Amino acid sequence: MSSDKVTKRILFSVSLIILIISAGIVFSLVKGALPAFNTFGLKFIITNEWNPTEGREVYGALPFIAGTLITSILALIICLPLAFSTSLFVAEYFRNTRISSVLSSLVDLLAGIPSIVYGLWGFYVLRPLMINLGLSDQGFGIFTSSLILAIMIIPFATSMSNEIILMVPDELKEAAYSLGATRLEVIFNVIIPNARSGIIASYILALGRALGETMAVTMLIGNSNSIPSGLFDTGNTMASIIANQFGEASGLKLSALIAIGLILFAITGLVNSLGKFIIRKFS
Amino acid sequence: MTESLDNIDHPVLKVRDLSIAYEAGKYAVKDINADIESKAITAIMGPSGCGKSTLLRAFNRMHELYPNIKTEGTIYLNDNDIREMSTIELRRRVGMVFQRPNPFPTMNIYENVIAGYKLNGIRLKRGERDDIVENSLKNVTLWDEVKDSLFKKGTFLSGGQQQRLCIARAIAFNPDVLLLDEPTSALDPVSTARIEDLLVDLKKDYTILLVTHNMSQAARISDNSMFMYLGELVEYGKTDYMFTNPKDSRTEGYLTGKFG
Amino acid sequence: MASVSSITGLIDNIQSRKRKNRLFLALVIAMSVLTVVPIVFIISKIVSNGIGQINFNFFVRSSPDTLQAMTAIANNDTIPGGIANGITGNFLIILVSSVMAIPMGIMIGIYLYENQGRRYSDLLRSLTEILQGVPSIVLGIISYLWIVKNITNGFSAFAGSVALAIMMLPMIVRSTEETMKMIPNEIREAAFAMGAPYHKVILRILIPSGFSGLSTGILLSLSRILGETAPLIMTALGSTAINYNITKPTSAVPLLIWEFYNDPNMVKLVWSSSLFLLIFVLTLNIFTGSLSSKRKIRKQK
Repeated sequence: MSSDKVTKRILFSVSLIILIISAGIVFSLVKGALPAFNTFGLKFIITNEWNPTEGREVYGALPFIAGTLITSILALIICLPLAFSTSLFVAEYFRNTRISSVLSSLVDLLAGIPSIVYGLWGFYVLRPLMINLGLSDQGFGIFTSSLILAIMIIPFATSMSNEIILMVPDELKEAAYSLGATRLEVIFNVIIPNARSGIIASYILALGRALGETMAVTMLIGNSNSIPSGLFDTGNTMASIIANQFGEASGLKLSALIAIGLILFAITGLVNSLGKFIIRKFS
Repeated sequence: MTESLDNIDHPVLKVRDLSIAYEAGKYAVKDINADIESKAITAIMGPSGCGKSTLLRAFNRMHELYPNIKTEGTIYLNDNDIREMSTIELRRRVGMVFQRPNPFPTMNIYENVIAGYKLNGIRLKRGERDDIVENSLKNVTLWDEVKDSLFKKGTFLSGGQQQRLCIARAIAFNPDVLLLDEPTSALDPVSTARIEDLLVDLKKDYTILLVTHNMSQAARISDNSMFMYLGELVEYGKTDYMFTNPKDSRTEGYLTGKFG
Repeated sequence: MASVSSITGLIDNIQSRKRKNRLFLALVIAMSVLTVVPIVFIISKIVSNGIGQINFNFFVRSSPDTLQAMTAIANNDTIPGGIANGITGNFLIILVSSVMAIPMGIMIGIYLYENQGRRYSDLLRSLTEILQGVPSIVLGIISYLWIVKNITNGFSAFAGSVALAIMMLPMIVRSTEETMKMIPNEIREAAFAMGAPYHKVILRILIPSGFSGLSTGILLSLSRILGETAPLIMTALGSTAINYNITKPTSAVPLLIWEFYNDPNMVKLVWSSSLFLLIFVLTLNIFTGSLSSKRKIRKQK
């Protein structure tokens, strides 16, 4: 066999690793989750109880699904005006100037801060702030977690939006200006309609990032296993319950945690695929 | 060098000592003085880089979109200094058509024609809107071709049709002056001819300033011509005279193809 | 044609449009400033709190246990020890991850580059994208199930490395493919035309030509995993001793921070260790960022 054939075979075999890992992830998660689903059925997903007492164990994923969705969506809502303004600043108003690269680099720094450092800062700075403002007794809860999440996902939302906005052709903008439009009018009548799908996709991907975030949320959400009843109530997300309880879990509890991992995997996968689909379809 | 056309009373545009620099010391346009005849076609010609587009864009202050540009001198529109008007007002009186047709892709044909009104936040009654669209499209001889597809997006139109749509969009405001920056350079000869005929027709209602790198186009349709070279207005006169009797050797060199 | 009056009637409207225009700009600037305010706060807080604790011992001593810390606090001493076990553990784990992920990632990227149109390649690309989006804690579960349970029979550095390697892989694959696409085709063809065997073309021509792009991709993936904590909690677990055995539980700087945070006696140490981690990660980020923007400028030329 020629050496070229050998090389090609080797490359092909290594490429199979992607398949193996992907399939393996799904397989292991399902296999690990099976005991939980066998015991509780599909109702596991909508069961609102988490009771690890021996002999009467009942596990359900609902509080955590709720916690994940609420914090992530709230984070996206908080992040939207900030990220959108920053995109407009960098990609339109102050495009190609010194200050926009400074701002852009600062925003990129936000992406570099490790999650646990965000959690620490949130714990030592945001939490007392929440207490001082009288918004919450202990400072933990949905709002605090969403706030820190919002800060963490801003760089993801802005970097993609920036590129999309920069790609709107100059000619379209000039045509609008030549008709007497103000800058604001050009932004809303030309830039946004032409960049709409890309901007939406970037926020969906930011949402996907928020869904999977673990450490910062774990440290700020308050660790209570119930569906949060208010903005400043405590709760848990899928990621945080796993982080908190996986270490000493075994048996049915372990399986329930793996099942939650499977659900998290599925939700994140769906959201990310939606974002990528929108990009592909409309660009 | 300055050269004013004689016998222009009530020129719609007057340029006085206009100089524009992109960087300190580097002038794209130097000491331009000219009066533009109303309701006529004035062509601006010259080799690449001579400043003709820069000059054109000065008339609707489009070059202010880009930072670091310094402008000296004055331009008067109907005896008003254009720098004392708001750009919004100016751009309603001075419309522009660009080199590559650029209808707004997210709007349909109807919306494109009245885009100017929409962008300026002007609300018109349905009847008025329909009239404007129909008149503008008829004035660019596009009405018959698109009247049944007004609500489709303009992307299915040919290059020539798209450019006529852009002209319709610019004249929907009924401006005083229409600026065209090499409007046919991206089009095929048949479309080019149609647009040239259109411009000749439009000049009875609008003053037209046309930048072109195509001398024969200038010869065919313009009443007056400016020849620019390295930022200076070298010669300016009635097209017929300029082409047959250029006064400056540079003009002659360009017209006879010695350079350009 | 529109009547003159309908246009002149709108002169009043211009003022309000200009006002709205200016207001919006002010709003955008305010929001943008608000966006970067957190980063200033975060960095300054960590620097100010952490800088006091950093000394030579910080880098060479292992982390104290809770008794030592308690005694020190009772005596008003600075807490002894440092994060040496975390630093060496981190280094070990990431080294093993890189050894696994980098060659694999490059090979897969090259495979995709050489097999552009195939459906199999499209499938691989989609799967790679999906892998990139998998939350790190899920990968921690996976590595727990695969390695901790089955291979090393207990928490281990290797398990941590596997989780991190899976995180690095998609980024390296994607950046390798992109880098290869940017190499002018003539170079590749010239190499083949000289009769060079395929593996030589890859090793001697493609990889060196794409070196800067490949390094940027690798550095980016490293900066992604450097601060990761969640997957390590259930794989490497952490340890108080300096450990070079990949089959045993190992510490890492983020893990140490997590331990310090959870132990009321050691809480003071979080700041210095966070500062260390932050400096490391941000320096790497900034370095990678300037590398990639230099490449973008070259691309535009």
